[in-house]
Order: sequence, then C-alpha cells, then structure tokens
Amino acid sequence: METLKYLMETLNNLFLIIAEFIRGLFADPHSVWANLTMNVINFIIVVIIVVLAALILILLERKVAGWTSQRPGPNRLGPRGWFQTIADALKLMGKEDVTPAGADKFIFKIAPMIIFCLPMMTLAVIPYGRGMAPIDIDLGIFYFVAISSISTLCFLMAGWGSNNKYSLLGGMRAVAQMISYEIPLLFSLLGVVMITQSFNLGVIVEAQDTIPFIVLQPIAFVIFMIAGLAELNRAPFDLVEADQEVVAGPFTEYTGLRWGLFFLGEYGNMTAMSALAATVFLGGWQGPGFLPGYVWFFMKVGVMIFIMMWVRWTFPRIRIDHLMHLAWKVLLPLSIVNILLTGLGIYIYRFVMGG
Amino acid sequence: MGTIVFFIFAILSIAAAWMVVTSKNIVHSALYLALSFSGVAVLYILMNADFLAAVQLLIYTAAVSLMVIFAVMLTLRGDICESNTENKSWFAGALVSGLLFVVIGLVVFTNADWRVLAAPWTSGGSAEDFSLLLLTRYMIPFEAAAVLLTVALVGAVILAKGVNESK
Repeated sequence: METLKYLMETLNNLFLIIAEFIRGLFADPHSVWANLTMNVINFIIVVIIVVLAALILILLERKVAGWTSQRPGPNRLGPRGWFQTIADALKLMGKEDVTPAGADKFIFKIAPMIIFCLPMMTLAVIPYGRGMAPIDIDLGIFYFVAISSISTLCFLMAGWGSNNKYSLLGGMRAVAQMISYEIPLLFSLLGVVMITQSFNLGVIVEAQDTIPFIVLQPIAFVIFMIAGLAELNRAPFDLVEADQEVVAGPFTEYTGLRWGLFFLGEYGNMTAMSALAATVFLGGWQGPGFLPGYVWFFMKVGVMIFIMMWVRWTFPRIRIDHLMHLAWKVLLPLSIVNILLTGLGIYIYRFVMGG
Repeated sequence: MGTIVFFIFAILSIAAAWMVVTSKNIVHSALYLALSFSGVAVLYILMNADFLAAVQLLIYTAAVSLMVIFAVMLTLRGDICESNTENKSWFAGALVSGLLFVVIGLVVFTNADWRVLAAPWTSGGSAEDFSLLLLTRYMIPFEAAAVLLTVALVGAVILAKGVNESK
C-alpha cells in the first residue's frame, strides 16, 4: 500500500522531477541560464502539444463525422484508417504554393504564420498538472483571452490579402462574429474569477479541489461553450468559412502548407479553448487519486473536444442575423445576470458563514 | 536585459507609428497601428503593468480589425494603394500635435502624482490594486466614462435603426 502510494506520488510529479533533474545539471539551479533552458524546453513541449493535438484531432474529426452520419469514416490506410492524417499531410506538402497575382503579398503570407503562433502562446499558461504550467502568470485567464482575440485580425488579414471578394466577405464576417462573441466569453469567465478572487489559472484549479465550477456556474459554462464555439468559427457558427455562401472565406486562395497552417491553427485553437474550459469549469488536473493529474487533465480536454465535434456534425449552420441576435440579445444579458447572481451568491455565502 | 528589450520594442513601436503616417495604403497603415499597439503592450509589461498590457492587446490591437473594415468600406478611391495620400496642409497637423505634446508634457512634469517611483513597482496582482483605485479614488471619472460609452452605444443604435419619422 505504501509503495503504491509512493509510486502514485512519483508518477504524479514525474515531469516536475525531470524538470528538477535538468535544473540540477547547472551549477546554480536558479541562474539565468537554467531558467532560459527550462523556458526553451517548456516552449518545445507546448509546440509538440499543439502539433500532436492537430495530428490526432484531424483524424478524430473525420472519425466523429463518420460516427455521427453512421458511416465508417476513413478506413483504408493503416489499421482502421489511423494513418490517414499522414497521407493528408504529405498531400498538403506536395501541393504548389500559389500566391494570387493581385494579392497583398506580405499580409497574405504572414496571416497563417500569426494564426499558428496564437495557440502556442495561449497553451503556454494552462496548468497541465500540479505546478506544471509552462508559464505561471497572475493574469492567466485575461492573457488567454487577450491573445486569442488577435486571431480576429489574422482572419481579416487573410481575407484582405487574398484580393478576393469572397475572402474579404469572410474576413468581415469573422470580425463581426468574433468581436461580438468575445464579450459574452469574457463575462462568462468573470463569475469564476469572482469566486476565486484570482485571474491565475493555477489558483482557479486549486480552488476546485472539492467541487468543479461547472456545478456552481452552470449558466456560465453553457455561455462559455456557445461563445467559445463561435470564437473558434466552428459549426454551427462557421459563417466565416461557409462553403456554400463565401466558398471558404479567408482560406479560398490559400494552397498547400499555408492552408495547412490555418488548419493546424484551427485545431490548436480548439485544443486551447477546450483546455481553458477544462481548467476553469471542469477542475483541470483535479480528480480521484488513482490517475495522475495530467492524465485527468487531458481526459477532460478530450471530452470537451469530442463535444465540440459532436455539436459540429449535429447542428445546421445558424443564419447571420440570428447569430448577432443570439450574441447581443440572449448571451450578453444572460452573462450579466450571471455576474449579478454570482455577486449576490458570494454576498449571501459570506453573510451566512459570517466571514 | 530589460533595457535591451525596452529599446527593441520602443524602436519597433515608433517605427510602426511612423509607417502608420507615411504608408500609402490605408489598410497597411491600420495594420502598422496594430503592430505599434502590441509594442506598447510589451512596454507596459516591462513596467510591471501586466493588466494594462492585456487590456492594450484585447481592446486596442483587436479593435484595429474594425478600423481596417472602416478603411475598406469608407475609401472611395478606386485604387487602394493610393488611399492614404499625403495632404498639403501638413503644417496645421504638425502645429496641433506639437501643441498637444507640449500640453501633455507640461501636465506630466508639473503634476506631483506623475513622479517616477524610487523602486520599481513589483506588486504581483496589479489587477487588484487597479480595481481598488478605480472603485474608490477614481470612482467618478470611471462612472463618467461608463455613462459616456453607454450614450455612444445608444447613439450608434439610433443611427443604425433610424427614428420613427411619421410623428
């Protein structure tokens, strides 16, 4: 029993022990060079998480699509079609890199690069386990939202740079949609911040050791899910890239790996949003002690991603006036009411507990 | 270390601001503005004003996309590459901005509250101090700004919907 407990403890802190070991290789474990090395290693790990997530999710998306429409999905390459992503990636690499003649070349080329950077920056503040946030900053949630808001600009840059009417329309839709849904997204997170009195994601996870915040903040969770889906431009909110209306929106003119970067960025952003939902509402790495914290965390992220895919292949696309109506007349008042109720709840709790 | 980072991003912000003014293409100007804002956000982080930096990114940088849209929609010229041409009356502009700079400089130098702290500000939760100040000492300016924004929002809705002219 003792050995089992010790083993569990070691497994739980495995990555921290490795980090301590690497730090121990330096003469002074907390010198500038040791910190720099650890930052570089953390960065590489985050990049690996983004790329791996994209590789797995591309296949998963097609499998879930198959499952929802009662067909097998890709099943030719490798056991049950598991190698399909590799074939897709090779095909993308082999494509010709076309820049349209009238394009704004620099903007056209830099937009996919920026959009691929954003999930790396946002995933860097997520705590993957106890004390396992690559960068531990006090304004975690706020930093996350601030960075992910830049993706609006990238969509517009892609749409503008392509010199294509459909692309520009898609870019403009992206701005209208993402700026509207940013507000309920932020407000839905405020309830949790009010309860924990902190923006720090690590502190928020620590505060959920008895009860995850989805129980205390169910309305906020639903608002967060809807606004998050809209922020990610995924169906039923995929007006930005709606094939039947604006061809593929900002991505119309992109080929080969540049388009692939958009694709990777989309799945990276999806992972980041699911990780934020798992951290803020589902308790992050907290869980029963028979599995290490990071396993719990990635299981919760997986569940969130599965729900997002399930929604995508279940609901039809929303109309653009309904979209705006939902954001400004339903989600925004609801989230403000939620903030008010949370404030009242905290006040009553303090009054009753005599704090 | 901090000095090097400061100069990199200060030069970046100023160069981007210069390009905002001189760029011929108005969309490029707007995107340079985003770059300039992001550089200023890094300067805020160097001053340990993390909250302000995040606000800068969230509100200013992201809102530049709206400016691009206005630029595209409101530009009447046929060729977008010639949409931000220079104006002959640059002297008036230089005069106004120079005067504004002098006024701001005077306010900063004469007001005792704008002093440079002896030791760098190191408080971790800058959001906490910030909100305390906003809701106690600077309550009235804060509320006035809120009322002003609400009025602007209502005005925008009325302009968009139009009033009932049958009465």
